[in-house]
This record gives sequence, structure tokens and C-alpha cells, in this order.
Amino acid sequence: MQFGIFTVGDVTTDPTNGTTPTEHERIKAMVRIALKAEEVGLDVFATGEHHNPPFVPSSPTTMLGYIAARTERLILSTSTTLITTNDPVKIAEDFAMLQHLADGRVDVMMGRGNTGPVYPWFGQDIRQGIPLAIENYALLHELWRKDVVDWKGRFRTPLQGFTSTPRPLDGVPPFVWHGSIRSPEIAEQAAYYGDGFFANNIFWPKEHYMRLIGLYRERYAHYGHGTPEQAIVGLGGQVFMRKNSQDAVREFRPYFDNAPVYGHGPSLEDFTEQTPLTVGSPQQVIDKTLTFRDYFGDYQRQLFLMDHAGLPLKTVLEQLDILGEEVVPVLRKEFAKDRPADAPDAPTHESLLAKQVGEVPVEAR
Amino acid sequence: MNPLKLVVVTAGLTQPSSTRLLSDRLAEAVARQLADEGREVDVHVIELRELAVDIANNFVTGFPSPSLNAELEAVTAADALIAVTPIFTASYSGLFKSFFDVVDNTALTGKPVLIAATGGTPRHSLALEHALRPMFTYLRAVVAPTAVYAAAEDWGAADADGLSGRIARAAGELTELMAGRPATSHATEEVVPFEQQLAALRARQ
Repeated sequence: MQFGIFTVGDVTTDPTNGTTPTEHERIKAMVRIALKAEEVGLDVFATGEHHNPPFVPSSPTTMLGYIAARTERLILSTSTTLITTNDPVKIAEDFAMLQHLADGRVDVMMGRGNTGPVYPWFGQDIRQGIPLAIENYALLHELWRKDVVDWKGRFRTPLQGFTSTPRPLDGVPPFVWHGSIRSPEIAEQAAYYGDGFFANNIFWPKEHYMRLIGLYRERYAHYGHGTPEQAIVGLGGQVFMRKNSQDAVREFRPYFDNAPVYGHGPSLEDFTEQTPLTVGSPQQVIDKTLTFRDYFGDYQRQLFLMDHAGLPLKTVLEQLDILGEEVVPVLRKEFAKDRPADAPDAPTHESLLAKQVGEVPVEAR
Repeated sequence: MNPLKLVVVTAGLTQPSSTRLLSDRLAEAVARQLADEGREVDVHVIELRELAVDIANNFVTGFPSPSLNAELEAVTAADALIAVTPIFTASYSGLFKSFFDVVDNTALTGKPVLIAATGGTPRHSLALEHALRPMFTYLRAVVAPTAVYAAAEDWGAADADGLSGRIARAAGELTELMAGRPATSHATEEVVPFEQQLAALRARQ
């Protein structure tokens, strides 16, 4: 099982002292956080993609390429890459390039994005969000698998005799996750291709995500990729920890109360009761995270949102120390217990390469 | 036959409230007419005042609290709805509108709805026609032709053509709409198979 962090890349004023980082400071902080993730033994760093303030990460592969050069083991991913408004040709090229630079430590999570004006800014229409996600991904999938592509679709200039370069490293396309907050169509898409499905699992009660993941698992089996239990599931999560849970609550409350996404609404207590957010001791985080398996089944990837709502870099790095030293080692051990032998690990470049080699007859290699 | 499910959404703010009083009289009238036809009915009243904070929180977080969710499910599962609001500033109250803003926009499709309102003066009675009726029409509900408005003075009027006559007529209309409507079915989430989604795109090229 993989553990990591994902970031939205928001520039938010720290509500406790009124300071706001510059874009430069925030970008450098995101890189520092990614490097820290590797230092403390996490497996994955994923960055969001946004094209409007107050968010900074508009160019994920630039950032991930830089992080790749400064890390050894960390898998670089996204949360999410906008399959609706990006040209699938550019996604194919950017992520193949990143794969080569990072020696395969790359996967990618597709998402639709949810900011209305971003669509027209990129010449698209938000009402076509699902058809765009379906058609663009179908093209991307083909570009990574066929050397020469002829293509005609509804949304993009046709292609004749096009080869996306560089070709994926070792001929193995990056593994793809499909992220969704609400759409069964995306669970269906992930199942059809045998790709991973990532439930953000942050904003809403678990019952909502249980329905989506249940649907994905069932359809994954329907399309013949394996049993429902073998589908590749990733989950988000959101935590804030201190040694004593009262200290965690006291310190996090002003950030919660003013958070751009849910602040000025329910109390911290109600929100932690109703959603997967955990604010408390490392043991409480361990206990809550372990319940995810009961609700969603054995899964492959757990990402935590750690740097948001104006939390200072120093605090985020402390949180990552606690996560890496006290929480994740226990979670690895506990999740491994009673895990069925046929519950797969999250695909990596190595595992996909081994699978591909295994599938090709020896004389054809 | 299972009892019919009649849900009353009432947005009065005071205790006691004339909006609640009107709601209860409408519900009684509908229940009586259904009883005359030999139909049993379960009446469930939703007092929006008690959900005010939960409704506001739903706007902020994007999801309903457990208690609000239970009421949203009751509305969705209802065979018919009675919706009653005080008239504030020439329209439905903000709380009334906010509740229907967090109801799923397909929950009322085809559902019989009786609309009613209260106000201090009869001069605001057309708010029912100008504000409530279009809102429920947008939600594809089937709204009874008679909308019931009760001004302060109506509570002291004795003639049968007055408030009690309007209540009886509206209740009759709602009962008829309920009779013409099949029992509430719970549609399960349908997934369009992926090949179909792809094929739909190809067909339009």
C-alpha cells in the first residue's frame, strides 16, 4: 500500500497572524513539502492543477520535473490533471517527458476541474465536462499506446499520422487514476479502462464515496479486469495532529474556522464527526484511517491533504514528521494484516513493465 | 395498500406561527379528503426553523447534516408536498427558498405540490403566483391550481367562501393530483455503459 500527500496549492492568509505567502514563497514551500515527503518515508507526492488565483500550480510537470531531480524514490503524481481543458496531446507529451526524467516514478490523476470560467478561458464549455473527459482521455490513452495515431473527435483538431513524443518510457504509459467527487460516469470510465479510481474523500460524508467506489469495483469486474476486490482504489484524507488531541484541536481550529472550502460553516466537532477529517493525536488518526478499509475495502493508495487553509510551512513540515514517523509505519503494518493475498498493490512503472514483458511472447521481444 | 406519504414544509419563524397553523389546516383537509376516498395517509411536518443552521451549513460545505439529510429524503420520497411560507419582502422567505435550493433538483419531478403563504396584508397574495409557482414549475413539480393565501384578517372571517373554502378547494385539487399519480418509486442510480458514452460522442461528429 502506498502513502503520500496531495496538495491543492492554494495561497491562503494565515488567519492567526494575517500573513500571506507570496506566490514564490508558496511554490518553494510546495517543493520543500514534497522533498520532506520523501525524507519521512512517504511514497507519493501529488499536486493539483489550477489556472486561477489564489492557486499557484498551473504547470504541474514543471514542478514535478524539478522535484524528480531532487528525489530518489518518491512517486510524482497529480491531483488532478485537467483532462477537460488541457489538450490531450500536450498531456501525453508532458507526462511522457516527465516519466523519462523521473525514471518512471510518475503516474497521473485525471480530473475535470470545477471552476466554471476555466472552461471558456481554454475555449471549452463546462456543460460538456463529462463528454470532454471521455473523448480527451480516449485520445490520450491511444496516444500513449499507438506510435502513429489518426484521430477525429468532437472537441479537438483531427490528427493524421501523429506521433506523440517522447514515447512513454519502456513503452509503458504512466498509470492513470481518475479522480471524482460526484460523477458515476467517471467511476464507469475508470472501470472500463482498468485504471485506478481515486475518491477525494474530504469534503463529504463517507457514504457518498462508498457508493462511487462500490460502483467502480463492480464495473471493474464487469469489464473483466479482475474481481471487484482487485480494483485499484485511492482515497484522500485530511488530518491535523499533535501529541495531545486537545492541542491539535486548539491549534487547528482557527484554520478550520476560516478555511476557504468549509470555513464559517459547521463546527470543527460536527465536521470531524460527519466527514473523514481527523484532528487529534497520531493514534486517533491511525484509528480513523484504519476504518477506511472497513468502508471501502482493501485499497492501494492513501493520500493526505496537509498544507492548506494558510497553515505555515513550519507547521506542515512538523505534521509530515509526525505522519512519517508515528502514523504511516503503524498504518503499513495494520493494513498489511489480514490483507487478502490477491489484493493488488498500486501499479508502478516497474510492476507495469514486468507485466508487459510477461504478456509479450519471448520470440516477439 | 401502503399509506400515502404527505410531507408538509412549513417556514414560519414564530412559535406559535400562523404559517404552521395554515399548514396544519391544509394537511388536515387533505388527510380528510383522502380518508373519504378510503386512502390512508402519513403526514410528516418539516419545520424549517429547526433546520435553519443545517441549511446554511449545507451551503458552506456542500453536503447536508444527518438531520437535514433525513428531511431531504422525506421530501424526495413523498407522494405529495404542501409548501407554506410567510411572505417576506414581496416573496417567499429566504429560509424557504434556501431549503428548496438544497433539495436535489430532480427530487420534485412530477410530484403534486400545494402552495400556500401567510402575510400581514392581503396585498401580497400574488407572491404565490409570481414567486412560489414558478419556482416549483422550474423543479418540474405539478402545482395545484389553487394557491392558498391567508392574511391576518382571514383568520377572523366566517364566510365559507373565505379561507376555509379555499383550503377545501386546494386540498381537493391536491387529492385529485395524488390519485392520478403512481405510487412513489425509488429510481436507483443508473450508469450509462461506457461504450454507449463513447458511441454517443462518435455519433455526433
